Amino acid sequence: MDIHALQQIVHQTRDARRKQTLPKFSPADRDQLIHKHHPDYRVSAYRPIRFGPNANDKTVVELAALLEGDSPIAESIDLTPHFTTDVLVVGGGGAGCAAALHAHGTGAKVILATKLRLGDSNSVMAQGGMQISVAPEDSPVTHFLDTLKGGHMQNDHELLKVMVEDGPSIAKWLIELGVLFDRQADGNLHVKKGGGSSKPRLLTCSDYTGLEIMRVLKDEVLNQKIQLLEFCAAVELLSDDNGHCTGAIFKDLDNQRHVVVAAKSVILATGGIGRLHIQGFPTSNHYGATGDGLCLSYRMGAKLDHIDTFQYHPSGAVYPEQLIGALVTEGIRSEGGHLVNAKGERFVNELDTRDVVSSSIIRECEEGRGIRTMSGRVGVWLDTPLLDAEHGPGTVEKHFPAMMMQFERFGIDISKDPVLIYPTLHYQNGGVKIDANSETNVKNLFVAGEASGGLHGRNRLMGNSLLDLMVFGKRSGLTAASRAGSMHQGKLTVKHLQRFRAEANKHGHSSGVISPMILPAYTRKEPERIAKG
Amino acid sequence: MAQEDTNVIDQPEVLRHKMVTIEISGKKYEVPEGITVIKALWYSGQEVVRGAGCLGGFCGACATYYRTKDDPKVRTCLACQMAVEDGMSFTIMPPFPARKALYDIQSLKDPKQDLFNLYPEAPLCRNCNACTEACPQKIDVREGVWKAVFGDFKSVSEMFMDCVMCGMCTPVCIADIAPNLVALYVSRAQGAHFTEKPQGLDARIQEIQDGSFNDEWNKVLAMNEQELADYCATVK
Repeated sequence: MDIHALQQIVHQTRDARRKQTLPKFSPADRDQLIHKHHPDYRVSAYRPIRFGPNANDKTVVELAALLEGDSPIAESIDLTPHFTTDVLVVGGGGAGCAAALHAHGTGAKVILATKLRLGDSNSVMAQGGMQISVAPEDSPVTHFLDTLKGGHMQNDHELLKVMVEDGPSIAKWLIELGVLFDRQADGNLHVKKGGGSSKPRLLTCSDYTGLEIMRVLKDEVLNQKIQLLEFCAAVELLSDDNGHCTGAIFKDLDNQRHVVVAAKSVILATGGIGRLHIQGFPTSNHYGATGDGLCLSYRMGAKLDHIDTFQYHPSGAVYPEQLIGALVTEGIRSEGGHLVNAKGERFVNELDTRDVVSSSIIRECEEGRGIRTMSGRVGVWLDTPLLDAEHGPGTVEKHFPAMMMQFERFGIDISKDPVLIYPTLHYQNGGVKIDANSETNVKNLFVAGEASGGLHGRNRLMGNSLLDLMVFGKRSGLTAASRAGSMHQGKLTVKHLQRFRAEANKHGHSSGVISPMILPAYTRKEPERIAKG
Repeated sequence: MAQEDTNVIDQPEVLRHKMVTIEISGKKYEVPEGITVIKALWYSGQEVVRGAGCLGGFCGACATYYRTKDDPKVRTCLACQMAVEDGMSFTIMPPFPARKALYDIQSLKDPKQDLFNLYPEAPLCRNCNACTEACPQKIDVREGVWKAVFGDFKSVSEMFMDCVMCGMCTPVCIADIAPNLVALYVSRAQGAHFTEKPQGLDARIQEIQDGSFNDEWNKVLAMNEQELADYCATVK
């Protein structure tokens, strides 16, 4: 059937739905819904990791294979360093830039290496905003409690307290660098309400929050003349005789050569795993989100936390085909957008936490109340025109220019027609276990941002990621830099690989794959016949 | 899975599986109609390292020149946001060596005047409008450059909020202006120097420094798991 014909039910039921209030689920109903429908509870998707720091812990099969994977580096490799630095930052997204800038600010020598360009990351796509408790009726404690509730009480309290308390000073830092947050008429920061939050707490730059922050941070990294190694993918870490981290080996993707960097500390800010397409899900993630930092840390002996839980963002685009998996910002629901099934009914409080909303969408589709596309995908409607009906014509265009443009390119006007959505693989809730300074159990190895774990528990609250990046980027950068003055560069070895390989052999060898993955294998293998003409 | 067949969207581009002929950097390939330009590269067997980034239309890594069948006009797009059609011809834009001025945004004394020291070419715009035509984000780039020169930094910062820094406005400029870099400087200056300081934020930072929330913290952090869960449930 024509998409416009199917959309009619959304238009027809809009006025009736506007009068409805849907209560949030009780804790018991919520648990039941998640256990039944959330992808984290699909048993067949998981297996125990066979060896290493998290031996016998379960994770998704795609990640388990990479964690057990072998290094591309031979133990005989020449480790004469090409570069030497105090602080080596791996990753050019939000956490990497924040770490590099703060470390550099103390006078330490910093190198920032990234496998794509500086700034190519998930951070740049963050549309929803950044949670910081700046409103008078809000407080860091309330931010703490909301996040804990959203994370199913599994969050690391120490990390979480640090994040919510550092938040306001991070906002000040960004404003001083020139980030243009939305303001109220009185000049104070405008705050929006996000899913799972009891108070309005989202700082935004329309729906370009991540882009605006990243434009500024990238520019600042360049202004500070921080040394960059772009298109250099980290393929192995370096350790000294005590197993402390002393640098990293990169593969230059332009000339395929190895680049050895000696560093007093290494900060991995390598991001998430969306491009592993866990359980076949499409993803909202950037091209390089292949979990490289997890594999590198794991081989060094760093312990991972909560790696069995992933966030499936409720609203990934399902139609048109070109936008599959792309994010439809949660901001739409924050401003009152309804989720509507094929019968024209709402089925969840749209501002519940992401895991609850995603589970309910999957339930609607599994129970036959979804809308199917001819490519075999299924989804529910997100009533975007409702925002114009509710807050006046032009609201969608004014508040969500990025999303308007994205759909407009394919001839869809989201201020007039609802969009079809289904959960998309969005975020790795867990990661490498860190302390309040962002350091792992491997000395001088820091992990910041999405690659780290513990902070978000089993479900990250909307808007907490951008803050996580800035807070732990800063903490890792400052700690690593402060250490540099009083320490000597350690020996460069790959002895940890000997240990890792010995253990792999005991368990019938590794998974047969080489990790890290670096980039997803999207290139079609079969050679294409060149057309006549 | 029971599904009523009435709830199925007809998607012609998926149904047909029609192949189209396109030209990538001058070579012809057959690819399925309607896939994105970046997917067409993968489909034709090419490895992509430079030229792909966020894949969501935000990072500007995949700035691309393209032309549709029989049309002499070369247009620009982001490869992850553009569907291919029969007879289309495209090339990913190589990185362009534009000059970025270096500055310490916070210590600028007179940002509106400093613009002319940092980017002396900015006032030399000859109004050809090529930058505006090159912008895949539909920003009125030329107008923005003029507004920057005339000191209307606020308007520039608003106009360029959509800018993904793809840099396609730069190679076309006959006056050697890099409009995206000028706008970035102007936007940062607007944020750092010409925007009101939020009083509430400073107050909150002070409260945290003064330990105003310590009693509440002590109460919350002393709770056992069950007490904490019960307490969280009361936060509405």
